[in-house]
Amino acid sequence: MEERQTFWDKMQEKGYTRRDFLKFCAWIGAASGLQASSIGSLVHAMETKPRPPVLWFHFQECTCCSESFVRSSHPIVADVVLDHISLDYTETLQAAAGHQAEEARRHTMEKYKGQYLMLVEGSIPTAANGVYCCIGGHTALDIVKEAAAGAAAIVAWGNCAYAGCVQGAKPNPTQATPIRDIIKGKPIVNVPGCPPIPEVMAGTIVHYLAFGRLPQLDSQGRPKAFYSRRVHDTCYRRPNYDAGLFVETFDDENARKGYCLYKVGCRGPVTYNACAVTKWNEATSFPIQSGHGCIGCSEAGNWDNAPLYEHLPGVLGYTSETDADTVGMVAAGITTAALGVHALTANARKRKQIRKQIEESPGGK
Amino acid sequence: MEQKGPSRVTFYVWQLPVRLFHWINALCIVLLIITGYLIGNPVALQNSQEAHMGHWFGTVRLIHFAAAYVFLFAWIYRIIYAFMGNQYARWTNYLPLSQKQWDEFKDVIAIDIFMMVEERKIHSPGHNSVACLSYLFLGLASVFQIASGFGLLAPMSEWWIADLFTWIVPMMDGDTNVRFWHHLMMWFFVIFTMVHVYIVAFHDYVEARGTTSSMIGGWKFVEEKDLQK
Repeated sequence: MEERQTFWDKMQEKGYTRRDFLKFCAWIGAASGLQASSIGSLVHAMETKPRPPVLWFHFQECTCCSESFVRSSHPIVADVVLDHISLDYTETLQAAAGHQAEEARRHTMEKYKGQYLMLVEGSIPTAANGVYCCIGGHTALDIVKEAAAGAAAIVAWGNCAYAGCVQGAKPNPTQATPIRDIIKGKPIVNVPGCPPIPEVMAGTIVHYLAFGRLPQLDSQGRPKAFYSRRVHDTCYRRPNYDAGLFVETFDDENARKGYCLYKVGCRGPVTYNACAVTKWNEATSFPIQSGHGCIGCSEAGNWDNAPLYEHLPGVLGYTSETDADTVGMVAAGITTAALGVHALTANARKRKQIRKQIEESPGGK
Repeated sequence: MEQKGPSRVTFYVWQLPVRLFHWINALCIVLLIITGYLIGNPVALQNSQEAHMGHWFGTVRLIHFAAAYVFLFAWIYRIIYAFMGNQYARWTNYLPLSQKQWDEFKDVIAIDIFMMVEERKIHSPGHNSVACLSYLFLGLASVFQIASGFGLLAPMSEWWIADLFTWIVPMMDGDTNVRFWHHLMMWFFVIFTMVHVYIVAFHDYVEARGTTSSMIGGWKFVEEKDLQK
């Protein structure tokens, strides 16, 4: 396998027709927000560019990102992009094990130094020199640094690699750290979510494989095509929000009518993701459509922003459900009491001054 | 019958741009507090309308955003005027950098807050330095509200003004925190307004210098004997 095949070569081997191939290119192009005129260059790239080698690392994670990816609504994603993406190393799916697997990883890292794409699922524990996550006798921290040094680009899958997710929540005992805080000076694309939407993952990867560069990113390093808008701003229940029609409790009439879930803690207004557009499971549904608010799984710190069923977090995080308004009202109450005391005192202490002024004024007495 | 009161010196303290700013700002703050509170805690209006038939919550938000733009421009206007206005409007009043300001600060705390001293010579017919400090905090809180508010609006705004503030979202680690602090900071404005209105009334009641009306007409009246020579 000296000559790296192109996508089109691989698809022909797998028995896909030209028609299937073009349909796939059009579909993934549309899903990634490419304009129609770019589909031609996508097709051309898939026909001519050798597929770059890919290393997919698993650290502190639950593999839901991989699970999501293999459930993409387009079969070619799983069949070609994942299966034959030239995944030279991935703990979950590779046939090799133990020394063989490590050997495959080293081989790719040496042979394709500066060319391979590094996919990272999971966060990196940095407490106690990283002993909380070791693979093949090396800490995740060492592996990441070593692999990143020779990577052409890094894709950080999921909330773990983006922000630490569950294990990064307070008090974060293992000091779970996102990739972007460890690796500097390499192009990193963050694809947050728990897990990310499979089409979003496929779109990001195909964009890189086809064009050789990362898609356009926002200030947080997320592909703009998928993360530039809030779930709330693309939600099909949004008209209910603007009309002031809210679900008050999960079992009320309003819930049955499909009103906005804002008052039962939907985090759609603070969550950037494509759930309301791309949806899940072959575009069947997404959390809000199923009647439950968004929990903000693609946002940094979402597990610390408790309580989950309030749209604003509590003042002291998960330890207290005291909300901002309670604090504000108590402060306003104390202020009112202080002003009252001041007013009473003023009448006593300043009486002489006020009386003198009244007496001195014309017609005062 | 001829009566003679104490002779007073009349000062033209608040120029028209300052008065205009004050009332525009006050109106914006009241609107922003009411609409902001409603956005955080929408009232449950029971009706059987379809969503397309109503837009009251959208209207509340529209008022909030419109008032926010006015609030922003009013502050820009006031900051520019801090370099153009008279001695009472100048920016130097609002930064407590001189010893003189801190001396006045101690006096005001003693006279007005703890009421330990009965009468006083006034330092200036303009703001006293405690008031100035409270306006500095108001200004800083306003900057935060403007930055966080427009930062949150930016993804749905097509105007570059809101885009100027997108930096605050990554700085504060996401929309949730920005929203939370934006909401909590609203209470600063509630409490500021309460104290501000009370203190103005207190000064008027005790000192008879026309403190309240000065923000309408611009004039303050100080007894000659109270003036520091």
